[in-house]
Amino acid sequence: MNPMPPMTPAPAAAMSDVAIAVTLVLLLLAPLAIAGLTLINTGLGRSRSAAQAMLGSLFLGAVAAVVFAIAGAGFAGLPGNWAVVLHAYGKTWSILGLGGFFLHGLGSATPQAQLGLLFEILAVVMAVLVPWGSGADRWRLAAGGASAVVLAGLVFPLAAHWIWGGGWLAALGTNFSLGAGFLDGGGAATVHALGGLSALALVWIAGPRRGKFPREGLSTAIPGHNAVYVQFGCLLALVGWLAWNAASAILWLHAPLTALPGTAINTLLSAAGALVATFTVTRARFGKPDASLCANGWMAGLVASCAYAGLATPAESLFAGAVAGIFTPLLVEGLELALSIDDPSGAVTVHGAAGLWGLLAAGFFAPQPGQMLAQLVGVAALLGVIFPLIYLLYALLNRVVAFRVDPDGERMGMDLHELGGGAYPEFVIHRDESYR
Amino acid sequence: MKYAGLLVMPAGFLLTLAALVLFADPPRRLAFVFCGLAVEVMGLIVAVRGHMPQRG
Repeated sequence: MNPMPPMTPAPAAAMSDVAIAVTLVLLLLAPLAIAGLTLINTGLGRSRSAAQAMLGSLFLGAVAAVVFAIAGAGFAGLPGNWAVVLHAYGKTWSILGLGGFFLHGLGSATPQAQLGLLFEILAVVMAVLVPWGSGADRWRLAAGGASAVVLAGLVFPLAAHWIWGGGWLAALGTNFSLGAGFLDGGGAATVHALGGLSALALVWIAGPRRGKFPREGLSTAIPGHNAVYVQFGCLLALVGWLAWNAASAILWLHAPLTALPGTAINTLLSAAGALVATFTVTRARFGKPDASLCANGWMAGLVASCAYAGLATPAESLFAGAVAGIFTPLLVEGLELALSIDDPSGAVTVHGAAGLWGLLAAGFFAPQPGQMLAQLVGVAALLGVIFPLIYLLYALLNRVVAFRVDPDGERMGMDLHELGGGAYPEFVIHRDESYR
Repeated sequence: MKYAGLLVMPAGFLLTLAALVLFADPPRRLAFVFCGLAVEVMGLIVAVRGHMPQRG
């Protein structure tokens, strides 16, 4: 294993000035997806933790951006940069980027590389917010910040290098004739599957909310405190996602500008198909549609579209979104009732499972032979390397910075305990809620 | 049980990598990749069962 410039596929032709301008405008709209996710996470938590949820989203995003700029961007690398490369079995396996720490050389980089870096910074902010929703009402701010350091400094850059930085997954096409290599234009793997798997590791380590799983009977329902936040977050996320997927199609799939309307249509149809499917499933199961599960279905459709919006036809996107919308409410319910996983925002399903489904769907829809196998190898890498790595790092981190708030703090609410004041100071908190 | 599943998952990934390196013909390669994924999913199931919190 030695540091050297990796043998990556030749970079695509330089972007035109118009393409650069369009991509920049799209990336400036993409943070709306982050804003939408923040509102959803807050709305699905309890009122006594709302301020902590919002501040935590800003704090984790800020920590992730700083850490990624200092170290993560260097490890993520870009095609053609220096990297840790393993030569084995007659192939070149680029494992980790090496260069560009502290954003060194950014000024002399091509506009395409600079836009790629901006995309990755937004992506890492999104990735660290995914588990934040799963830790609602019990995950301490300090622990959330520490997890953002780990995710932005090592785990996300590792996955980003493999997929976007000319790493071994991107090179599956040239090394093993597997289609165009592992395809993940919009971050279904690097952002959502990674975030969903880290949410699973978090809920295992932090444990369920107090009183969630009583000694006998079904689990206790702890509904989100503000359905309006959740639904408005879904609408904001749509705007951000349309821009996000279009920008990613230009940057990572080298799509021409003429392909952008199709990408946007695919994104919208995927979300719409998912929502209609979830609406139908919840209405059939409960007699009435469930607002929070429908929001989860909508988000699952958006998440899945990250993988195939730049590749599929509108009909394929609608189908894949509908599949995500069908399994989302069933899996959210199954994880809670059968496996005692307390995931307030549903991130394990909405980001983890839907992200993995999107990656597999992209393999079905891509025209190149062998693409499905490349996608399967990528999914195997996420489950077999990234997930155990996240769990290990979180378990070690939990020994240094305790993830879970103490019982008194949880009873009091994260707002009062961590911030000294509530999000809604004019609300009266009932005694039975305070001491349940 | 809690950690056994998590230890099995990287083994499944190694099986997937071995399929890439050792086999050139697509059907056999696909079969071994699926074997690797199956091992990973089994490891995940074991890990999920091991992490179920004690009721109450």
